[in-house]
Amino acid sequence: MLVLEDVNVYYGAIHALKGISLEVNQGEIVTLIGSNGAGKSTSLKTISGLLRPKDGKVMFKGADLASIAPQTIVAQGISQVPEGRRVFANMTVIENLELGAYLRKDKSGIKEDMKRVYELFPRLLERKNQLSGTLSGGEQQMLAMGRALMSKPQLLLLDEPSMGLAPILVKQIFSIIKEINASGTTILLVEQNAHMALSIANRAYVLETGKIVLSGDAKQLAASEEVRKAYLGG
Amino acid sequence: MGNVTEQVLQQIVNGLSLGSIYALVALGYTMVYGIIKLINFAHGDVMMVGAYAGWFATTTLHLSFIPALLIAMVVSAILGVLIERIAYKPLRNATRIASLITAIGVSFFLEYGGMLVVSPQMRTYPPVFPDTIWNVGGIIIKYGDIVMILTSIILMILLHVIVKYSKIGKAMRAVSFDNEAALLMGINVNNTISATFAIGSALAAAAGVLMGVYFNTINPLMGIIPGLKAFVAAVLGGIGIIPGAMVGGFFLGLTESFVSGLGASTWRDAVAFLILILVLIIKPSGLFGKNIREKV
Repeated sequence: MLVLEDVNVYYGAIHALKGISLEVNQGEIVTLIGSNGAGKSTSLKTISGLLRPKDGKVMFKGADLASIAPQTIVAQGISQVPEGRRVFANMTVIENLELGAYLRKDKSGIKEDMKRVYELFPRLLERKNQLSGTLSGGEQQMLAMGRALMSKPQLLLLDEPSMGLAPILVKQIFSIIKEINASGTTILLVEQNAHMALSIANRAYVLETGKIVLSGDAKQLAASEEVRKAYLGG
Repeated sequence: MGNVTEQVLQQIVNGLSLGSIYALVALGYTMVYGIIKLINFAHGDVMMVGAYAGWFATTTLHLSFIPALLIAMVVSAILGVLIERIAYKPLRNATRIASLITAIGVSFFLEYGGMLVVSPQMRTYPPVFPDTIWNVGGIIIKYGDIVMILTSIILMILLHVIVKYSKIGKAMRAVSFDNEAALLMGINVNNTISATFAIGSALAAAAGVLMGVYFNTINPLMGIIPGLKAFVAAVLGGIGIIPGAMVGGFFLGLTESFVSGLGASTWRDAVAFLILILVLIIKPSGLFGKNIREKV
C-alpha cells in the first residue's frame, strides 16, 4: 500500500533520513521505533508531504507522492495524527472534528463518522462543545485521533500517541488503535514506547540516526537481543 | 448639567461613527496578522483604493451607495489578493523584517502610484445621502452617522458569521492557529490566506467609501493616518483577535471624540498613541490578548 524507497530527506544541511526504505501493506499495523532524533517524525512528515525527499520514492497505492500537495495526499487517503497532538485549541471539539472532514462533501457520511468517533471516544461526546484547549492531554490525544479519522483515511499515521500520557491511558489508546485497525484502517505507528508498539504491531522497523537498522516481525523483534537491550530496557 | 449630558452623548455619536471606520480597518490588520504574522502596512492604502473605486462608481457610473460600496469592496478584495500573491507570498519563509519592509514598499507603491493614476488632487464625493440632520434633544445625528454605524455593524456581524460558521472561516481559524496541522487536515493554506486578504481588504474598502461619504473628500494619501490609527486599534484590542479589533476601533474612536470634545482636538492623536503605550506597558498582549498554555 505504502512504499518508501531509498528516501533521503534534509533539514537544511542536516541529513535527517539517509536512504530509508519501508513498506506498509493493506490491513497491517506497522511500527517505526527508535530513540529521539532518529528520524521517526521526519519519516511521517515526508509521507504527508510536509517535507520533501531530496531523492527516493514515496509511493501510495502505486502513485508517487513526492510532488503532490499535502491536501491532495489527505484526499488520497493518508491522514496523520501529529506529534504533540496539535489540536486547534481555540476551537471546540466538534469544530476540530469538522476540520478533520474538511475535504469531504458527503454530509451524511460525515455525520456517521462523527458518531463512530464518539463511539470510540465517548469522552469527546461529553465534551463536544468545549474548547479543545481545555481538554486534558489524554483527551486531546483522543481528539487528534478522532479528527484524523474524520477524513476516512485508508492509512493512518500516528506520531507518538503515548507521549506524556499516564500508563493506563496509554493502554487505552493502544487498544483503540487496534480497534481502528480491526475496522479496516491500515496503520503506521511511530513510537518511543517500543514495548507497547511492538505488542500491537504486525511488523516493525527500527530507525537509528536516519537509517533503518533492523526490521521484521514485531514479535520476533521484541524477543531479539538487540532490541531488548536498546529499546526495551534489558 | 443637561448641557454636559448632551455633550457626552454627542461625543458618543461622533465617536461611534469614527470608531466604526477604525474598527473596519483594524479587522483587516488583525486578520492578516493572525494568519501570517505580518503587519500589512499597505492596508490603509487598500482602503484608499476602495474609496476611489467607490468614488468612480458614484460619479462616473452614477451608482447609489450600496452598489458603489459593493464595487469598492470587490475591487479592493482583488487588489488585496494580488498584493498577497505578488509581494508577500514569495517571502512567506523569509525573515519577518523582510516582509515588513515589503509591506511598507507596497504602501508607498499604492500611495504614489495612486497619485500618478488619479492625480494628487482631492476629489469630492457626491452627496450620496440626503443631508438630513436629526436633533434629538440637542444631540445632532447626521444621516451619515447612522449609515456609517449601521453599515459597519452589519459587516461585522457578517464577518462574525463567516469566521464562526463557514467552512472557509473555520479554515482561517485553523491556519492562523497552526498552519502545519491545518495542512494535515487537507486545508489549502494558500487559498485560505488569499481569502483572508480578500475579506480584510473588502472591509477596508467599505471603511474607505464610508470615509469618503462622511468627510466628502478623498486623496491618495488618505489611508496613512487612519491606517496607523487602525493599527493602534488592532494592537489595543490584541492583534490577531477579531473581537479585539472591533472593540479597539470603537474605543479609539470614542477616545478621540471625547478629547476633541474637551477642546483639545490637536491632542487627539497624541492621546491615541499614549493609550497604545499604556496598554503595551500594562497588558502587552492587548485588551483581549491571552496566552494559551500547551497541555501535556
